Amino acid sequence: MAKNTPQPNQDAPAGTTVSRRDFLSLGAGALGLVGFLQTGGMALQFLAPRRVDGEFGGVVTVGSAESFPPGSVTEFPDGRFFLARASDGGFLAISRRCTHLGCAVSWHATPGQFACPCHGSHFDLRGNVENPPAPRALDTYPITVRDGVLLVDTAQAWQRDRFAPEQLVYV
Amino acid sequence: MTWLNEMIDRLRYRSVPPSEDRHRMRAVANNIVLHLHPTRVPASALRFSRTWGLGGISALLSVLLIITGVLLMFRYDASIERAYPAVLAIETVIPFGSLLRGIHHWAGNLLMITVVLHMVRVFAAGGFRGERRMNWVVGLGMLVLVLIFNFTGYLLPWDQLAFWAITVGTGLLTYVPLAGQAISDFLLGGPEVAQSALRNFYALHVALLPVVLIFGLSYHFWRVRKDGGVTIPPQTEQAPKLTTIPHLVTAELGVALVTLAGLLIFAMAVPTPLEALANPAHPPNPAKAAWYFLGVQELLLHMHPLAALALAGIGLLGLAVLPLWDRDSSDEGVYFRSATGQRAGMLGATFALVLTPLLVLVDDLWLDLPALLAPISTLISNGLLPLMLTLGGLAGIYAGMRGALRARHSEALVGLFSFVMVALVVLTAVGIWFRGPNMALVWPF
Ligand code: HEM
Ligand code: FES
Repeated sequence: MAKNTPQPNQDAPAGTTVSRRDFLSLGAGALGLVGFLQTGGMALQFLAPRRVDGEFGGVVTVGSAESFPPGSVTEFPDGRFFLARASDGGFLAISRRCTHLGCAVSWHATPGQFACPCHGSHFDLRGNVENPPAPRALDTYPITVRDGVLLVDTAQAWQRDRFAPEQLVYV
Repeated sequence: MTWLNEMIDRLRYRSVPPSEDRHRMRAVANNIVLHLHPTRVPASALRFSRTWGLGGISALLSVLLIITGVLLMFRYDASIERAYPAVLAIETVIPFGSLLRGIHHWAGNLLMITVVLHMVRVFAAGGFRGERRMNWVVGLGMLVLVLIFNFTGYLLPWDQLAFWAITVGTGLLTYVPLAGQAISDFLLGGPEVAQSALRNFYALHVALLPVVLIFGLSYHFWRVRKDGGVTIPPQTEQAPKLTTIPHLVTAELGVALVTLAGLLIFAMAVPTPLEALANPAHPPNPAKAAWYFLGVQELLLHMHPLAALALAGIGLLGLAVLPLWDRDSSDEGVYFRSATGQRAGMLGATFALVLTPLLVLVDDLWLDLPALLAPISTLISNGLLPLMLTLGGLAGIYAGMRGALRARHSEALVGLFSFVMVALVVLTAVGIWFRGPNMALVWPF
């Protein structure tokens, strides 16, 4: 800082007082830093991921449980998921986003598997990987049951390594 | 026509064409475009084989991309409902729209190639040491910038190609530990490629990146002069110097005209790809990234995404620290350092040509590491293990060059560099031509 100016704090006890010049430049520096961080924070918030109205991410009402026979898979294109019903009657809302690099998988009823056309991953009805390169089972969305009607919340997908029985939802 | 020539000369030099060397030199110093040049250049720096004109061609293409890009902006609309119809109209209705889009598209792709070749040329001439180390890093930054330019531009037509290439490309990002998902969400402005992503990419492509490009290039050129011009071998006797006008300016003009003519003919002959409107429910099979990422995508088929990303990152880092890694400037300006260096380079290239396709075949058809080492996590059997094997192989090549060829450090690095570059080209070629439905190996002919 003030290198070539006279030091005004000669008579102040050492270490207890700061010169006015040092105090002011320190304060200005600190204010500048705060201002910089604030501006950066504002820019980040301004650019942050946002949700456009009407795009996917809301709660999808899929209907009453009886309309889905056990062992069936029904696609909900707007919700980006498949409603799968295991043979014991439990439900899973399986994201259609392939866990490899994010392509959309499709359901093939005859071999009974989800297939991803991009790099050839296959998954079974419960989302387990049957054929890599996908590293883990398909994501799921939380299901809630209200008056016998299933609701799927697509705001946040749940990641899982593989299927476990407690993931199934029963009516 | 002499009156026309005279008028152009007056515009160019603000007076009659300078006839004496002294005046010619002042004309360079006084003109804003020519000012980038020194007033005189060593005769040996003017030889075409010194630069192959690659930096100049890249600069010309950048200017061309800005001009055609600004024109396209007048007809383009970054909304998922209107982007595709806008590009379709450019292709089919608007006079010369198809040509304009073609020039922008192919210039962007050509730039990718010329920038990489430019880097290879600078590496071969040893132009990254001493004073020039800063500009080597700046140049590497420009290479990454061109990649980002192409990546963001790829999404804009909003066709199937665009949608799925960006989906797969940003899917790759999600494997970056800890921050990956956040970075991908931030870039896309949401969890999937949709309206926010298109708007983000558009803002980057036509506003932020061009500003960075213009400042970056200006700095790059300024540093070339600061660092003493193009790298040439040390001169034994007093080297003859020639004035920039006419010697350098004429050569530049010649290269520029040939490039423009070639690009124009290509853009007229080869239609710019445009597929069906993006359909988020139905990816095409196979879904490939843009061609310049296919080398990395090919790696992905053979190892865990984390390992492939790490390998790409290590390669880029190696290039960035090259000025510190190889400081031996005794052979500055000699292509490939020496006869031994040349041999190392040839050997590295040959290795890569043989070894890379072989490894791709073996891993694709016979070797299944994760199944072989079943109880071990795939993160190790398919990630750490192939990564270590690859890095070990690279170290082996370096050591082999040092031992068998008695190559110096910097000559052995030529061999390593040439191996890595040729391997990347082979992987890219496999990705472009030899991968069919389900990314299975196919024979293209
Ligand atoms: C290094 C520079 C640049 C590169 C490598 C590049 C590359 C690309 C690519 C690959 C596309 C996709 C075009 C297609 O395949 O159809 C594109 C589109 C586009 N670019 Fe650029 N670009 C560059 C600079 C610019 C600049 C400076 C602007 C404007 C200021 C611009 C404006 C546009 C527009 C409006 C489109 C959409 C129209 C279309 O898709 O045909 N570009 N760019
Ligand atoms: S994205 Fe599904 S297999 Fe690659």
